Amino acid sequence: MKEKRAGKAGDRIYKIFIYVVLIALAVCILVPVAWVFMASIKQNSEFYGNPWSLPLGFHWQNFVDAWNTARMGDYMLNSVIVTVLALAILLVVALPAAYCLSRFHFRGRKFLNTAFMAGLFINVNYIVVPIFLMLRDGDTVLKNIFGSGFLLNNIVVLAIVYAATALPFTIYLLSGYFATLAHDYEEAAYIDGAGYGKTMIQIIFPMAQPSIVTIILFNFLSFWNEYIISMTLMSSANGAKTLPVGLLNLMQAQQSAAQYGIMYAGLVMVMLPTLILYICVQKKLIQGMTVGGLKG
Amino acid sequence: MKRNKGRSRFIALCVAPAVILFVIFMIIPTINVFRMSLFERGAYSPTETFVGFANFKALINDSLFIRSIQNTILLIVVVTMVTFAFALVFAGILTRENVKGKNLFRVIFYIPNILSVVVISGIFSAIYKPENGMLNSLLSMITGQTVTVLWKDEPLVMVSIIIAMVWQAIGYYMVMYMASMASVPQSLYESASLDGAGRVKQFFQITIPLIWTNIRTTLTFFIISTINMAFLFVKAMTSGGPNGASEVALSYMYGQKDAGLYGYSMAIGVVVFLFSFALSALVNRATKRKPLEF
Repeated sequence: MKEKRAGKAGDRIYKIFIYVVLIALAVCILVPVAWVFMASIKQNSEFYGNPWSLPLGFHWQNFVDAWNTARMGDYMLNSVIVTVLALAILLVVALPAAYCLSRFHFRGRKFLNTAFMAGLFINVNYIVVPIFLMLRDGDTVLKNIFGSGFLLNNIVVLAIVYAATALPFTIYLLSGYFATLAHDYEEAAYIDGAGYGKTMIQIIFPMAQPSIVTIILFNFLSFWNEYIISMTLMSSANGAKTLPVGLLNLMQAQQSAAQYGIMYAGLVMVMLPTLILYICVQKKLIQGMTVGGLKG
Repeated sequence: MKRNKGRSRFIALCVAPAVILFVIFMIIPTINVFRMSLFERGAYSPTETFVGFANFKALINDSLFIRSIQNTILLIVVVTMVTFAFALVFAGILTRENVKGKNLFRVIFYIPNILSVVVISGIFSAIYKPENGMLNSLLSMITGQTVTVLWKDEPLVMVSIIIAMVWQAIGYYMVMYMASMASVPQSLYESASLDGAGRVKQFFQITIPLIWTNIRTTLTFFIISTINMAFLFVKAMTSGGPNGASEVALSYMYGQKDAGLYGYSMAIGVVVFLFSFALSALVNRATKRKPLEF
């Protein structure tokens, strides 16, 4: 009897310990993020005092300055265009390809599937330099013919590169889903006189909606947050930039100019869209992750 | 026959755009990484001269490169161990124990994974700021005296990067392990309890062995991804500084590209690429166990 009570007390202490540890980790994650939100409405003079003091008021000017003076507004627009365009290209290209690769038997199918699988192991960080040089050489050629090049510092090209480098993962995920569908759907459609294209677009794609949503979510996050390719291909000093690259420049400029408020306002601008999206779809995102397997 | 022709045309039409994009932006650049590593190329002219393995030979005597490889290995080992230890233990707690607000914890722990590395490096520069930074002021409050640790200075810079990387990765892997741990049947734990096995024993003798296949795959994957993530973090947080103290392999590669040494840069790329493959093969081998069924 006594022993049992000791076990219960032990359980209790263990439980309290678990909560303390879990809450500590949650605080470690939430506090720095919340701190940035708080800092984004502080006046510059407030940054020289205690960093834990609450803001004296809502200094919205930080956001106005970041939006206009630091050009974060332009960068926001660029990021939206690049992300939407890259997602559109990716879906238009990857959906039919994944459909054919997983559901039709034709010569070279196995080879192509293997090639795209191998593509999963090619990380963009390795190939960003050759891509840059390829586009720069292309620009040199174009300059000789037309007088100006347009491959570098072009957000459309950037979107195409994003879409292309996301292809292996997207095709892998979609093929996995298409392969699970029964062939009866297509046979019924063919009997009804529908062609291949019509069957694919009107019968199969609507069924793939859950996987399409997963793909859009993951690729939205990776395109929106990406900065290495963007920094390399959009290197012109006063040219168009995406939001993370603009923020990086702002952070580096801040070291000399000490305009903390604007920097934190910029940080909020980059992370707010992803946070809002996350809050709306967190269930789906976490489910998708465990279904779709690995991605880093 | 007519139908057959239409079928081929349909397939070609569907597959061609993906293949073209894939070849132009992934296959050709990958081949170029290997090809260019054997050439020397002028910074602003496309002329190349074949130099054989000279770029690779130069690497051996490049102390900055050696340092960047050492830093990469340090990050792989420490970040992997810390992240996996934390992720497995937390996932074990959250799946096994009846914790209130389980979902809320899960949602919070996953947040760092959705943030851009640039944002995370901004957050951590606010944490590590020597004067009025979050960490130093917290330490000052605890110790009662003004702490002015230079977190991004040479002796501590790697520690600072490790903390940021672990902060970012824990949640993702925790959520992943929670999913696989949830599939371990409850009855196994019940019978283990009856046999008098405690929580720790259950964790090591039931949970870990049963999800071993999953741990193994994620481990291999994590090592490859750490090499890439290290680059993203270092580039945004320190740019390899001070004096190359935090340089990692891929950031050094990128730095050589900025210096216009394309051949040399690609030789580094080849070495890191092969290194990561060899390492994951090695880990895959070393972690091989007989799979357990449940």
